[in-house]
Amino acid sequence: MKANVIVFPGSNCDRDIKVALEKFQIHTTMVWHQEKVMPNSDLVVLPGGFSYGDYLRCGSMASKSTIMNEVIKHADKGGYLIGICNGFQILTETGLLPGALLRNKKLKFICKYVNLLIENNSTPFTSKYKKNAKIKIPIAHNEGNYFADEKTLYNLQNNEQIVLKYCDENFNINDESNPNGSCLNIAGIINKNKNVIGMMPHPERCVEDILGGTDGSGIFQSLLS
Amino acid sequence: MIEVNLDLAVQHGLTSEEYEKIKILIGRKPNFTELGIFSAMWNEHCSYKSSRVWLGTLPTKNKRVIQGPGENAGVIDIDDDDVAIFKIESHNHPSFIEPYQGAATGVGGILRDVFTMGARPIANLNAIRFGSPDHPKTKHLLNGVVAGIAGYGNCIGVPTVGGEVEFDSCYDGNILVNAMNIGLAKKDKVFYSIASGVGNPVIYVGSKTGRDGIHGASMASQEFDLDSESKKPTVQVGDPFAEKLLLEACLELMQTDTIVSIQDMGAAGLTSSSVEMASKGNIGIELDLNKVPCRETGMTPYEMMLSESQERMLIVLKTGKEKEAEKIFKKWDLDFSVIGILTDSKNLTLKYDNKTVCDIPISALADEAPKYEREWVEIKKPEYSGLEKKLDKINLEQTIKNLLSHPNQADKSWVWEQYDHMVMCDTVEFPGGDAAVIRIHGNNKKAIAASVDCTPRYCNSHPYTGGMQAVCETFRNLCAVGAEPIAITNCLNFGNPEKPEIMGQFVGVIKGMTEACKKLNYPVISGNVSLYNETNGVGINPTPTIGGVGLIKDISKVKNLKFKNKDNNIYVVGKTIGHLEQSVLCYDLLHLKKGPPPSIDLNDELKNGKAIRSLINENLIDSCHDISSGGLILCLLEMSIASQIGFKINTNKKSLDRIKFLFSEDQSRYIVEVNDQNKNSFENVLSDLNVFFENIGKTSEKINIDNDLKFNLQELSKLNKEWFYKYNN
Repeated sequence: MKANVIVFPGSNCDRDIKVALEKFQIHTTMVWHQEKVMPNSDLVVLPGGFSYGDYLRCGSMASKSTIMNEVIKHADKGGYLIGICNGFQILTETGLLPGALLRNKKLKFICKYVNLLIENNSTPFTSKYKKNAKIKIPIAHNEGNYFADEKTLYNLQNNEQIVLKYCDENFNINDESNPNGSCLNIAGIINKNKNVIGMMPHPERCVEDILGGTDGSGIFQSLLS
Repeated sequence: MIEVNLDLAVQHGLTSEEYEKIKILIGRKPNFTELGIFSAMWNEHCSYKSSRVWLGTLPTKNKRVIQGPGENAGVIDIDDDDVAIFKIESHNHPSFIEPYQGAATGVGGILRDVFTMGARPIANLNAIRFGSPDHPKTKHLLNGVVAGIAGYGNCIGVPTVGGEVEFDSCYDGNILVNAMNIGLAKKDKVFYSIASGVGNPVIYVGSKTGRDGIHGASMASQEFDLDSESKKPTVQVGDPFAEKLLLEACLELMQTDTIVSIQDMGAAGLTSSSVEMASKGNIGIELDLNKVPCRETGMTPYEMMLSESQERMLIVLKTGKEKEAEKIFKKWDLDFSVIGILTDSKNLTLKYDNKTVCDIPISALADEAPKYEREWVEIKKPEYSGLEKKLDKINLEQTIKNLLSHPNQADKSWVWEQYDHMVMCDTVEFPGGDAAVIRIHGNNKKAIAASVDCTPRYCNSHPYTGGMQAVCETFRNLCAVGAEPIAITNCLNFGNPEKPEIMGQFVGVIKGMTEACKKLNYPVISGNVSLYNETNGVGINPTPTIGGVGLIKDISKVKNLKFKNKDNNIYVVGKTIGHLEQSVLCYDLLHLKKGPPPSIDLNDELKNGKAIRSLINENLIDSCHDISSGGLILCLLEMSIASQIGFKINTNKKSLDRIKFLFSEDQSRYIVEVNDQNKNSFENVLSDLNVFFENIGKTSEKINIDNDLKFNLQELSKLNKEWFYKYNN
């Protein structure tokens, strides 16, 4: 499998995702945001962290980069595209995924391991997890509060586009287990064609026991299967 | 033209003697720009004029030290041609005036000090101290500082992995924000700031120069008064995005063969960077100020030279390499400008609009900067105050609960969960433990450990013991995770050095640190001094923040403070004497602030630390935590809360003796968890090393002390966790 990781000015989880992808023998190329063409690949990753400092709305500058034309083409052709954290924000800014990511309800950056419920395991990104399984993956964001209007939320549910939800140790999905105020405790969604996923949690941060867990591995193993 | 006279010099923070000395050194009256430059170079912050004499007495060498104090940061050898580069620096004054930007630019500044030397920054740490939680400003300052550290560190993508947070009314008018950074480089790719080669071009890269931060270093060299708020314009504004670009561009440039030397523009900006580089190389430097990229129009030479705009670097390139270097900075959308040249004049020469606006010998600015042997009085260890008598009647159950919910002992996750502590994917131990552990990227076996510590109440009571203790505590924290302590960086925060008693605190701390560093073979390789931390004539507790760094050769052996299993044995390693004065119990909970701090036997410190390391190396213990503020009881409770495994101990002591056993802060001690299988080997190792140890009980489901003090672990965990959330709601 081949992956392209897009590098924007200020990206800072680009190396982390490369290391994780390569751990799963996914051949990875870093692609600079000003490139007009992108090497052929099965997977494109919009990495986490920041882009352009995110002084404007998170992800909005990056969504207008030259390379994004290629990224959109890749997705339109059915190629796999994953946006992690800032990548998720970029995906909503481009319109590849619906909704928006607002500032966390408590207006503070949050970095910690959270419990997630696998709502949908029939996607290319989550097939290795069991449905309704609980996994632990870290989040690290200031703007992860997923928002969409009622109709969009209804459609997301109806089309089984909600992939990950925040929950607690006992699988409860409620305000207490919602770290950032997201609608319906949404942590990750997928497009209708099931080839473009956006998620706030960072799977690349938990693929080794020594770093605190391996629950992120499922994302990469799913892609390989 | 502004007329230069003594009044103006005094307004610039110079004394009349210093102004006279300037006139003699350059043989004439300085012009306005030159006066500004002298004031920037000769202030306390840049010249270390009060502290230099004493800093020179600190040990700075051991086998692993490659670069000690005097560069942007210190360098140590961590094997396999890898080096760790680190330093700690204060940003106290600006953070009090504007907490978010003050703290953010503190992080930005220390990052630049480290990557200037060719290292990729891999870990941020910090020590932040605030006034009493009840003080009307504290909540605002705490929130601003934490958000500022987070805002900068998270955006640039360097994990913030450890630190300290403390509240004490002595910081009501002067908070402390000390930021540390550690970077990683290859031994043959370390860059220094010594300018050389007459004719080599001098390059300005990074952000543009604005009017922010003019006189920042001078402000940091003065006491505060009621008008401090009016100093807001002297606080710099941080741009972590620009710094991220600058970091990547500099590291890219360092892969080419173009750089002679490089220096970041920190305090006193273009002035100190150009003068320091030239001074180290004993060479002259000429700058054309029309070529300085400016953010604002109409900036004067004076403003350009004194601006402390952030995210800028000065580089001396090899002649002819300008184009190659420019290409890299253009790729990263950063300003790149050839602004000058190295000369054989040994002068700092500045041109503006084809006129010479400054021409002064570099040596006058650097070597001839004032150096004072300030008057000082020795501060003797106070007598025992006999306050123990007042402790007989305390309610132990309630006191233990008060201890856990006191802001200084409360769980700090509200703070460190705002910091991205995992980015770069090498953080092995998260904040909240004894020391942060960061894996060396690409090396699956090796890691470095780091810890930032100080106990200011000890330093205030007896500076000599306090200075020694701060060094020892970092040493202990590193040993507790299994690291070999290598070297320290220090951030010395004090009041006004012109007062003999404050200078006496400074001297005492330095002497105590020196003793500890020598005995532990644990030298100082970098640091910074922050004086004049006073408001309306009242100084802070002396606070020598120490950042210690150690090496872990086998990452699989790292230990943390979480109990691992029930029914394991709990041992105290090191002797408990029962010294209560200056303990958290007396100082923070009962407000009994008299008496001496616990004394330290450096032989025991070294011996016990080595013993702990060999126990970890031989896999004979399951968890380990050093006993520090809060004593043995807090140490045990922290191990329990982190693991949700309780303990059942027998002190075999009553009333005051039991209080002493639980709360005393005797030094050089650790609590370790040992399973039955390792019990004999464990005891044999310690006996052979002649280290004192005692078995005090076992891990268990609940918390039980002497069968008469029982606690619900969930309830204690909640008490410990909720203080910060309640306070900041």
